[in-house]
Order: sequence, then structure tokens, then C-alpha cells
Amino acid sequence: MEAKLVLEDGAVFIGKSFGAEIETAGEVVFTTAMTGYPEAFTDPSYFGQILVMTYPLIGNYGVPDKTNFQSGKMQISGLAVTVNCENPSHYQNVKTLSSWLKENKVPAIEGIDTRALTQLLRSKGTMLGKIILDKNKIDFYDPNKENLVAKVSVSKPKIFRKNGSKKTVCLLDCGYKRAILENLLKRGLTVWLTPWDFDPFGKLSFDGMVISNGPGDPKVVKKTIAIVRKAIKNKTPVLGICFGSQILSLAAGADTYKLKFGHRSLNQPVKDLNSNKCFITSQNHGFAVNPKSLPSSFKEWFINLNDGTCEGVISSDGKMMGVQFHPEGCPGPTDTGWIFDEFVDNLKINRLRP
Amino acid sequence: MKKNLPKKVLILGSGALKIGQAGEFDYSGSQAIKALKEEKIRTVLVNPNIATIQTSKGFADSVYFLPVNPEFLEKIIEKERPDGILLSFGGQTALNCGIALTKSGVLKKYRVSVLGTPIEAIEKTESRQLFAQNLKNIGLNIPKGFSARTLEETLLAGERIGYPVVCRAGFSLGGQGSSVVENKSQLKKVVKRALALAPEVLIEEYLYGWKEIEYEVVRDCRDNCLAVCNMENIDPMGVHTGESIVVSPSQTLSNQEYFNLRQISIETIRHFKIIGECNIQFALHPRTGDYRIIEVNARLSRSSALASKVTGYPLAFIAAKLSIGYSLDELKNSVTKTTSAFFEPALDYLAIKVPRWDFEKFGLPYQTISTEMQSVGEVMAIGRNFPEVLQKALRMLNQGHEGLIDGFDLPSAQLKKIIKTPNSKRIFQIASALLKGVSVKRISEITKIDSWFIAEMKKITDYYQFLTKQKKYTKESVYQAKQLGFSDNQIAGIFKTDRKKIASYRKKRLVVPVVKQIDTLAAEYPAKTNYLYLTYQGSKNDINFNQQKQVIVLASGPYCIGSSVEFDWCAVNTVLALRKNKYKTILINCNPETVSTDYDITDKLYFEELSLERVLDIYGKEKPFGIILSVGGQIPNNLALSLVQEKVKILGTSADNIDKAEDREKFSQLLEKIGVDQPVWEQLSSKKQALEFAQKIGFPVIVRPSYVLSGKSMSVVYTKKELNRYLNVLDHQKIKVVISKFIQNAKEIEADIVAKKGKIVLCAISEHIENAGVHSGDASIVFPPQKLYIETIRRIKNACRQIAENLMITGPANIQFLAKDNQIKVIECNLRASRTFPFVSKMADKNFIELATLAMLNKKLKVENQILDLDYVGVKVPQFSFSRLKDVDPVLRVEMASTGEVACLGDDVEEAYLKAVIATDQQMPQNTVLISLGGDENKIKFLDEAMVLSQMNLKIYATHHTCAFLNRNEIKAAKLYKIYEKREPNIDTFLSEKKIDLVINITDTDFVSTKLIDDDYQIRRSTVDFGIPLFTNLQSAKLFVQSLKAKNPGKLTVKSYGQYIA
Repeated sequence: MEAKLVLEDGAVFIGKSFGAEIETAGEVVFTTAMTGYPEAFTDPSYFGQILVMTYPLIGNYGVPDKTNFQSGKMQISGLAVTVNCENPSHYQNVKTLSSWLKENKVPAIEGIDTRALTQLLRSKGTMLGKIILDKNKIDFYDPNKENLVAKVSVSKPKIFRKNGSKKTVCLLDCGYKRAILENLLKRGLTVWLTPWDFDPFGKLSFDGMVISNGPGDPKVVKKTIAIVRKAIKNKTPVLGICFGSQILSLAAGADTYKLKFGHRSLNQPVKDLNSNKCFITSQNHGFAVNPKSLPSSFKEWFINLNDGTCEGVISSDGKMMGVQFHPEGCPGPTDTGWIFDEFVDNLKINRLRP
Repeated sequence: MKKNLPKKVLILGSGALKIGQAGEFDYSGSQAIKALKEEKIRTVLVNPNIATIQTSKGFADSVYFLPVNPEFLEKIIEKERPDGILLSFGGQTALNCGIALTKSGVLKKYRVSVLGTPIEAIEKTESRQLFAQNLKNIGLNIPKGFSARTLEETLLAGERIGYPVVCRAGFSLGGQGSSVVENKSQLKKVVKRALALAPEVLIEEYLYGWKEIEYEVVRDCRDNCLAVCNMENIDPMGVHTGESIVVSPSQTLSNQEYFNLRQISIETIRHFKIIGECNIQFALHPRTGDYRIIEVNARLSRSSALASKVTGYPLAFIAAKLSIGYSLDELKNSVTKTTSAFFEPALDYLAIKVPRWDFEKFGLPYQTISTEMQSVGEVMAIGRNFPEVLQKALRMLNQGHEGLIDGFDLPSAQLKKIIKTPNSKRIFQIASALLKGVSVKRISEITKIDSWFIAEMKKITDYYQFLTKQKKYTKESVYQAKQLGFSDNQIAGIFKTDRKKIASYRKKRLVVPVVKQIDTLAAEYPAKTNYLYLTYQGSKNDINFNQQKQVIVLASGPYCIGSSVEFDWCAVNTVLALRKNKYKTILINCNPETVSTDYDITDKLYFEELSLERVLDIYGKEKPFGIILSVGGQIPNNLALSLVQEKVKILGTSADNIDKAEDREKFSQLLEKIGVDQPVWEQLSSKKQALEFAQKIGFPVIVRPSYVLSGKSMSVVYTKKELNRYLNVLDHQKIKVVISKFIQNAKEIEADIVAKKGKIVLCAISEHIENAGVHSGDASIVFPPQKLYIETIRRIKNACRQIAENLMITGPANIQFLAKDNQIKVIECNLRASRTFPFVSKMADKNFIELATLAMLNKKLKVENQILDLDYVGVKVPQFSFSRLKDVDPVLRVEMASTGEVACLGDDVEEAYLKAVIATDQQMPQNTVLISLGGDENKIKFLDEAMVLSQMNLKIYATHHTCAFLNRNEIKAAKLYKIYEKREPNIDTFLSEKKIDLVINITDTDFVSTKLIDDDYQIRRSTVDFGIPLFTNLQSAKLFVQSLKAKNPGKLTVKSYGQYIA
């Protein structure tokens, strides 16, 4: 069945539908990742977005079972690829990409020139778009105007206990990836997974706070920012990841802005301004922190070696850290996994009692 | 940041091209030189490979055309006193020399520091034992294995691991001396040979059916690490990576597998403290994700050159910068120019590498491939789906394949049997099996090739079958076929029509490929990249086509026996000359081992097929001023006539005249007209005629199929019986033959020419050491000539002048002559640059290609047609790779067999020749020599030299008749029995126990008995297998002995190229 990807500037890409045969609208973004589509498609940060894959062959190793997903379901609103693979091969494969898309009612288009599309998004910036079939009954839709976090966050606190763990942390769920939770558990922490608008202070007992990744504009979630502001005041050790780093910066009084087309790839080079060491990181964000707006109690920690944007912030005592990239990888490299270790080190202060 | 940079750096090249060590090191060395020059560091390069670009003017500050071995290097170090040395840009040869120079204390003595990866790290990665121990210590998995130094240890190891096992030699290049062994008796046999090549062997667990994956990783002195690229071998473990079809990036790895192996790669280079580039090879279990680290190469390699071309990341350039103290974040991405060099490329295309084997050259249709390298070159295709890149690559091989579907129309049972064993044609056999209805799953089970690849191939065979059922092609079906990589020719074949019809049909309907850039970041950042490819899997061109003065240069295509780095030198120099003259240049090539495909050589690089269709695609889009096809060897030259038919503007000699030179009839008429002689010949279409003609002109004759050029399937035939045998093979295929008189004991002479509008601008005449009958590519060549009569030279120059005039030559040309008693005869005339162009250009210190380019551009030129009289002599010597080519007879003949060449300079021919022979890795005889001379003439002609050898206190062994002859002539010689005589003292025992230092085996071509030929073959084969120097040609053997007498190999002069030409 023929499908069209229509952009708000009028550009049309004609291809073939290979997912659910419904129409969809959202923000069109591209990722240059060459592997890790099951992880990416289930990453809640992509909620509300039509994802364009620049690597032309997608679906080669099929879809593994749920344990490899970053959340319970597929999060993207739509998918655009050059070639969809109907002959996957992998020992963990349980279904083809197209059948997975259909199960999740996510439409997808193949056979379009995703490089040309990417060049358009790069030069004009991220745009709204829609995947339409013959009906074209759907309007453009801007997810960033909504509170997307509320749609992907858990509804009530949930505890993940780790036997013999000495420390407990609170994972503020703005649309967390499972790999973040796993990295915390792996380091012997007990984790309270809490909703985006749940203030744990005075209610739960914990030693530190992790603010997860998540979709959309960080300024929308005023309640989350307020919670983190409390954490700063209480000198709680904090680790903000991606969206979480933006929340931490906003809570500290800094400003964020929308990038022209964002960073979505597994090969973003960053430099640690403390050690001068460089790392390849996995990224997925459309907003960034303006480092000039940081208060004096915070400083820029990482910068992007390609475009110089802020890739991390840190408080002067080093207890509050925010990284724009994903130290947990999934997809992508885990060269910055040591950030979780530093966070665990920071927990060695007194526990906050309710 | 201010660096403490070295002032003078010695760079080691890799020497002659050979199987396992080829053009990729010209590329990496050239980049290293550029990287150092930017820092104003003085560079001294040692490399006897005269056809390379790195040894050209404008690259290194000082060049030594000398052997890359510890003895010569010590002398060069003593003379030049560099403060740093680069070891990782000249392959295994350079690395081994570095280890030797460290061990002998030379580097310490002269205070030369090893730049980049420290020598301890190199040693740890090179010794299998240290390597295994180190990786075990940090908890990484390696194959179970034991190293052994004796046969007994080896057999014990075999027992403990359990058969089948892999046996490999330590410190090997290209997997030489490694093989899969099924049982104890096989192991015994293999180990004998392996221990002859290396002091230790490794017996390892055989990882049959595991995937083979490679990573190219980079580390700087601040411990920043990158994985630039990964690659997946389509052939699973058991096939050397140089023999495998390889895709990049990996296609069947999950995120977890990809990043797990990447992580291990980085842990590994951190552990070894590598600074620069490193290649890591893994085996990955297809059902569990378990892995083994197979190999770590702490140097630039074939794979790193491939990775550079796949990604656009200049690995060698960056590695050179890192080795002098830069960190990755201080360097820029040379493609985007704005982003950092500390990044991992993201690809929005895929690339495939396919090896090229030349087994046909040795009369073998296809051959088993395994853990040893036998391929002579490779191609790389880029595209946006797998069927497209696969079919492109198979065409690029230039072996007559139009795509994946090609022959092997056998019953499916038989196909299932032959695809079980990896072989040089397996990909076509798999396609045939698919056409026969064998399932993807079954083929994957049989071959252990991941079913993903087979299923992708099935897309091609399915569509082929679909098309064959259609009555007529449509826009949709042609477009679909083009997306699957079908060529116009292939489609035309299916519909029994003409290529032109398909081409014009699709062009009218706008079914044309689009041009895409390789920008390293998948369009994330704007890039000014000039690195391009064509694809049908896309809708938009990345670039605008401006119509300034652009010239397209067609480069060489894959390296093979007969076309190698010399044509890359020609193409690069053409581009440089064009750019100097303010032309914009477009280069087309598909060979990843080349300098011509380096990112900064040309204004635009199309990494594409050198096929008529693709050249026309590019020509149509770019609308250049003209196209140059006379500098890339035979592949581009063969396109001349068909391009002209398509109204393409060719620069240089007109296609009409190219045709006149290539059409034997027309060329003979021309020679007759100008009164230049040529050996009698005739084209014959029946066996009877052929035999009659041969008898009329008298044996020996040269016989060849009429449709090929450049010595393919050519043979010198001495008897009627032999000719019968030759024709019987051919008659079967209904091929016409050309028979010409073979003139014995004639000298062979080459004339390399640059002419403009029929007037010779420059002409270099060089002589072969071997008499005619040895292919010019296998001959040793002397320039300027030392043993030609003035009269001969004069006649040759006259003939050249007349031929140039009559063919109105503009640009390069090469004419080959025979000379006997001042009588000259033309044997070949090619209106293109020849293999000897770089050699004579460097010897004469005149860039023949630059002048040829100016001629083709119609620029004013000074005529310099004088004899090039020099104070020094250069000798070019072939490099053979016989030890790699199992079962091939290592003898010189009209078919070319060498894979590379070196050239050295000296004050006389003996000095230059001796240096050159040493530079091809031949050890000088210390104690013993084996002489076997067939026939009386050879015996008599070699007598003086045998005496010399005897006077040099070498113990002479000889075969029966030779021994008797020598003894009769008062030369002491001891008799050895021939192999078939099975009596001791036997030649085979002496060779296998390395009791012989040199073998001179010259057969009598007039006296042919199968038994003798077989036995001589066995002597030669064993000699090569045990790594003993071998001479099979009378003239070169004589010159070698005379040179040994005249010069002390330990005291040869060490002079730079600059000193010679000053």
C-alpha cells in the first residue's frame, strides 16, 4: 500500500506502508544510529515522534523478546526507513519489524530516500509531519506543546529492592529507560521508581535522586522542576540523564532551548572539562541547556566536540550531576558508564530521613 | 598546545606488492608522510617499491630505494640519524624490522625513538603466547590453543584440543602457513611446512561456523579511544579475512553484540597501550553471542585501509598524528572540516569488499579458499541495499561477471556439495543453488553463512526469475531491477535485446541513479566532501553538477596479476598534473587499496564501477571537458571504442588509432607500410589450420586465444604434441587462436613513449635481462640499457617515431621489441601508459605521466627526445608470491605470474641488481647451492658462473647430469637424487631440512619429457614452499652470480634517490 510522509513545509516523500495501516502525525526527527532499533523504538523519549532512520537497512536482526525493550511498548508515533527487512536473522529474533509495528499500531513507511529527508531536516530544522495513506484525514500535531511526560510516566511509586543493598535512590520517572534502572540495580542500589509529579521528600526514605530521560520540552513539567529544586536545596546527590539533566539545570535556575534538529545518534563525541578526556556517547534529545545561564554554584561539565553545545552540568561540590547523553547506552556505547559509579560514590553521605 | 615534535622521522615502507601485503601500504605510508609534512617534520622513507606514490617527488624529503631489512636500515639510520621511526605504516615487513632493530640495540644506539605504539606492545600482540597470556589476564576470551616449537609438542596440542584444529605460524603475514587440519597425519604434514617458515606454530580450537567480525580502533596518548568501524565477514570463520567477502557496517549484529565487541576492542587497546590504529578480529558464536578474540594487529592493515575507504575516516593520517603526540580531540574530521576527529562515523550506506583471485591465470577454474591468503586484489562497492552493492562489486572484479547470476548451471545435489567448501566462485554457486530452488535455510546450514545474506541474494535470483517470465520490460520492472543492482547488460540479456536499448529506455523514463556523498556523519552535519557513489536506492542527488573545466580520469580498478600499483601511480600523477594546470578532476576507481581513492587527491572521487554503463552515467551528469583512459591500465583502455560510439570525448590518441593498434590485422598492415618487422603470425579458426601453420613457420611458436590481450592464456609451444594439447582445450570452447613465431635467444626491449600529435616528446628505452619468452611483467628490466648495440637503439627509436606518427599518438604509449643481431621486431604496442612508466620516470627524473597529460591537454611541450644518459643504473625486479599459490609451478614464462616489483639504483648493473634481488626478500647463499641445468646449452652457458660459485666456497650440489658435467669441467659438485628417484641423498630431504641456500633450476625447453617436467616442478615447488631463493631463468641466474662475484652483498652502497639524481 502506498504511503506518504508529508512535512509541514509541504515536502512529500512517497513510499510503501509496512507498519500498521493507519495515519499518524508528530514531530519528525532523525537518528543516525546503525544498530539498536528495538531499544530506540521502545525509548519513551521518542514518544510523539516520527522517527527517520538514516541507516538504510532496518530490521535485519528482527525483534527480540520484551526483555530487550527499554519500556513496555513501542513509543514512536511513526517510522520512516529506506529498506525494511522482511528476512531477519538472529538467534534472539521472535518477529519481524513489520509485524511488531502492526501489533503496536504504529504506521511506517519504507522505500523513501531517508538521506534526502535528513538533509531537509538538518537544513530547515526539525519539522512536524505525518504519515498518510489514501485518506489524509489527519492534521499536523506538535507534541512539544503537551505534557508528554505525564503520558509515559508511572502512575504511582514502585520499589525495586536489591538484597543487601545499603543505599536507596529515587528514580524520578519522566519516561525512564529500563537500562537506567538496571544500571542502578546492578550497582547494588534499591530503587524507588516515582511518578514525574510525585514529591518524595518527606514521604520516602532515600539517599539520592536520579532524574530520568523523557520526551518533549523540559519546561512543560513545572512540578518535576519544583521537586528537583527541593533536592538541590537539601543537597541531595542528584544524577540527571538527558531530559533529567535539563530538569536539573532548570531547577538550578538555568535556561534551556530547542536545538535546530537535536542530537540523535550513537556517536556523539563529548569532552569532560574536568579531566580533558573524551568519550563517544549515545544521545537522543531535541533540547539543550544554555551553559551561560548556569548559576555560579553550577558549571558546565561536558561539551560536545562537534558543535560545542553543553553536554553536562555539575554542581561545585560535585554532588549534583547532569549529563545530556546516555551513560547506559542501550542503544549505543557505554564508555561513560563510570558516571553511575560516581553517583554511587556521592551517596556516601547521610541518608535523608522523612 | 605546543608539542615536542621529532625533527626527522624514518618511515618504513612495505616493499614489493605481494599476496597478503599489497597497495594498502602505499596508501597508509603516503598519508603518514602528509601528516608529518604538515608539522614540518623531515621525512625519510625506505621503500624499494618504485611504482608507489609515496616514493614520488613531493612526498618524503628523502627516499631510499633499498631493501627494507635490518641490515640496510641500520646503515640508513647511521647515515640519516633520524630521531623517530614509524613502524606501523609498512605492514608486517616494517613491524618485523622494528622488532629486530630494537632487539639488536640499533635504535637505542642511534637514539631513535619508536613513535606511536611502543615496541613492547607490538611484541605482546605479535607473539601468540604473550598475546594469549595478556588477554587471559584481563579476563577476555581467546581461542583455546597451544604454541609449539617441535613436531612432538604440536601433536600433543592437537590431542588436547581435539580435531579439527587450526595450525598457524607465529609472526605471519596474510595468514601464511596456517590451515585447518582434520587429523593427526594431516597435522604432521602441515607442521613441517609451517615450522620451515616460522620458529613457532600455534595449534588452536577450530571455530567452525562462528561469525567473523573485525573492529578498527584508535587510541591516543591521553587514552581516548574510538572504534571507527566494524566489519562483518560474510564467510564465517575458517576463511582468512583477506579472502572473505566483507560488509561494513555489520548487518546481522544486535546492538548488544555490536557494542559488546566494541567495548572489548577498547579494553584490549587500552591494555596493550596502543597509540594509533589497531585492528581486532573476533569470532562470534551465532547462537549464543559468545566470542573469541582471534587477532590483534597493532598497525595499519588491509582492513584499516578498507575501513578508511568505507567510512571516509583517514585512519593512517590520524594514526600518524597520534604517534607524534596529538590527541584525537585536537584534530579535525577532515571530511566535514568543522567537526572533531574524535568521533565514530555513522554510515547511511553500506559497503562490500570482494577479493579478486587470479587462479584462472594458472589454469585453475576455481580454487578452495581457507585460512591462507591467495587473493591478489580486491574491490569495494558502495550502495544503499545489499543486492545493489553485491552485484556492483561482482562486476567491479572485471572477470566477466555481469552480476550474481553467472554460470554453474549444475544439478542442485551437486551444487549443495560444492558450496560446502569455501571457494573462489562460491557466491555464484550459491546463486545457482537458489535458482534451483534450494532453500535459504538449507544453504545457510550447508555454508554456515548467515541466512540474512542468503535471503538478500535470493532477492536477486527471485527477481531474475520473475523477469525471465515477463514478455516485456516496463519502467517499474527496470527500476526495480536497477535497485537490485542489475546492469543494463544483464537486463538486456534476460530480454534478449541490446544494452543500448535498455539504457535509452530507462533514461527516457528518468530511471537513473542518484549521486550520494560519503560524509562520515550520515548527513547530520553539512560536509564539503567530494567522496561520491551512485545508487538507485534514492531520489535526490547530493551535489550540483557545475560545468567548469572538469576532466574525468579512469583509474586501474582491482589489482591483479598484470595490473597493479603502477597504474595507480599513473592515475594519481595524471590528476596532479591536471590540477596543476587548473583543471577540476574527477577520478573513478573501485579499488580500496589505492592512493587514488584517497580523499584529498582529486576534486571529486567516484568510488564506482569502471564499466561502460557507469562511466556513461557519470559522464552524463558531470558533462566534463573530456575523459582520460590511457593511464589506468587495460580496464579503462578497453572502454575506448565503446565510449567513442557513445560520443564521449576522449583526450589523447583517437579511438580510431587505438583500434588500429589493437586490431592485429590493421596493426600488421601499418607495420608493413612503414617497413617495421614483426614476428610472423596468423589468426586461425580451426585446429587443422593451426597445426599446419605452426609447422610451416616452425616450432617453437607462441599461441594465444585471439580475443585477449596482455598475455592471458598465452603459451610458448615447442612441439606438435603440445600444440595439440593446447588446442584441444580451446577447440572445445570454439575459440580462435593466434599463432606467431617464437624467436629464441632474442633480447626484449621496451620503449616508453610520450607523444603529441604523432611527434615523440620523450622516449625511454629499457632492456630486459631475461631473453624473450618471459612476460614483460615478470622480467627484470634495466634502465638505461647497458648491453644494447647503439645500432639497435637507433633502429628502435626510428620504429617508435614512425609508429607514433602513423598512429598520431597523443599521450602515453609503450612498444615492445625483440632484438637479435640488430634485427628488431615489434611484438606489442599499447597506446596507454605501461607498467614501466613509474620506473623510467623516476630513473630519468622526468615525469612521463605529467608530460603525457600536458600532451593530451594540447599544451605546448619541449621535445626532449634524446637518449637518456645517466651516471647510474636502475634495475626493476619482479616479486613473486608463489609460496602463497598452492600447486602453481614457480617458473617464468609468457604468462605473467608476479604480483609486484621493486627497483634499486646502483653505480652499475650488478650493484643495482643485487640490491633489487635482496629487496625481494631473497637470502644470499652462505654455504650451499643446488644446480640443475637441463640440456647441453644451458650447462655450457652456465659453466663460468658455476665456477664462480665454487670459487666463492659454496658447496655445490647438482642433479645427475649436471653433476657429471660440472665434475668433468673440474668443478666440485655432489650429486643429489631427484625426488622421484626416492633415494638418499635426495633433493627433497635437503630442501626440507634447509640444507640448501639457493636453487638454480633451468629447464631445457627443447627436450620435453613429462617425468622430467614433473620432477623439475617438484624441485621448484619444494624450493618455494621451504622459502629458499630460486632462479629458473638462465640470464637472470648468470647476472645474479656475476653480481655476487662483483659485489659484497654486505657492503652495498647506501645512497638516497636524491643523491643519485642530483
